Amino acid sequence: MGHRSDPTVRRRAVQGLLFVWLVIIGIGAATASHLEAAQPQQAAQDGFVPMGDVPPEDQLPAAPLLMVAYAAVWAIAVGYLWTIRQRLGSVEKELADVSRRVADRDGFSRPASS
Amino acid sequence: MKNRSFPVMIGLSLFFLVTAPILIVQAPYESTMGLVQKIFYVHFPAWIAMFLAILVLGIASGIFLFRRTPAADRLAVAAAEVAVMFGLMGLITGPLWGIKAWGVWWQWDARLTMALILEMILVAYLLLRQYGGAGSDRLAAGLGIFAMANVPFLYVSTEIWRTIHPRTSVVPTLPVDFGLPLWWTFAGFMVLCVALLSARAGLEEQRASLDRLYLALEED
Repeated sequence: MGHRSDPTVRRRAVQGLLFVWLVIIGIGAATASHLEAAQPQQAAQDGFVPMGDVPPEDQLPAAPLLMVAYAAVWAIAVGYLWTIRQRLGSVEKELADVSRRVADRDGFSRPASS
Repeated sequence: MKNRSFPVMIGLSLFFLVTAPILIVQAPYESTMGLVQKIFYVHFPAWIAMFLAILVLGIASGIFLFRRTPAADRLAVAAAEVAVMFGLMGLITGPLWGIKAWGVWWQWDARLTMALILEMILVAYLLLRQYGGAGSDRLAAGLGIFAMANVPFLYVSTEIWRTIHPRTSVVPTLPVDFGLPLWWTFAGFMVLCVALLSARAGLEEQRASLDRLYLALEED
């Protein structure tokens, strides 16, 4: 159970959980600030209908939202993959270290026991 | 990440996800939502990838609970973390769509609230595994099954309750122009989900090996 008590691993786990909770709190805060907003407009619920032309005023405000959404998806996926790689590297390093200690101990104890 | 299939799966998901914007750009604008509807092409697959991970979590938790298979427990931990990650994608992309389509970032309606609660259940699972101490694995397995049981209710929530969220009937009735980029991105997300599950489960395997080594070291 040695790695569970590793302060680096624990710190990273806490940071990760804190990040998730901050996002959830952020959503809650955003909701609170928009409770007084205008009534939601009617949006398609039963089916999506293709449209030929988009009014120019409709294109610009949506573009940053779209870019942020795609950027967030990429950032989360790449970031998560990176954290797995970091954690795996840390565990493999510790694994090599403990394996060496076990091998050293066996090397010293074997002549004594034989 | 020594799993041989991992680079293949990551490469395949990258292929789908890097080429997806070409199809998404060519897809028509939706008549009422316009450009912002294109968030749907990552929002929907993210949730379905989360459901896939939760399905793995629930089944693995059940196997661990009834058969005490340590490998199933390790897979459950991996699946829970991957599910939280995809849920986070859904919870971020959803409000970005909502502010333009509905005029609000968030609405406490059935679908959105249930999605948030499901994410919190999974975060609770991870917290329990991290800080629960002895016996928390069995308790967490029960929570994992509970999370899986929530998924069907979440999926049909738009049909049961009045909600501002688009209904589930949107997806099967999509015209081809909308459907092609969606299913292309969907394939990318599914492969990515399996790749991440594999990598994360590999990490748990390594941790289990490390625990065994520590035990061997302490025994003598």
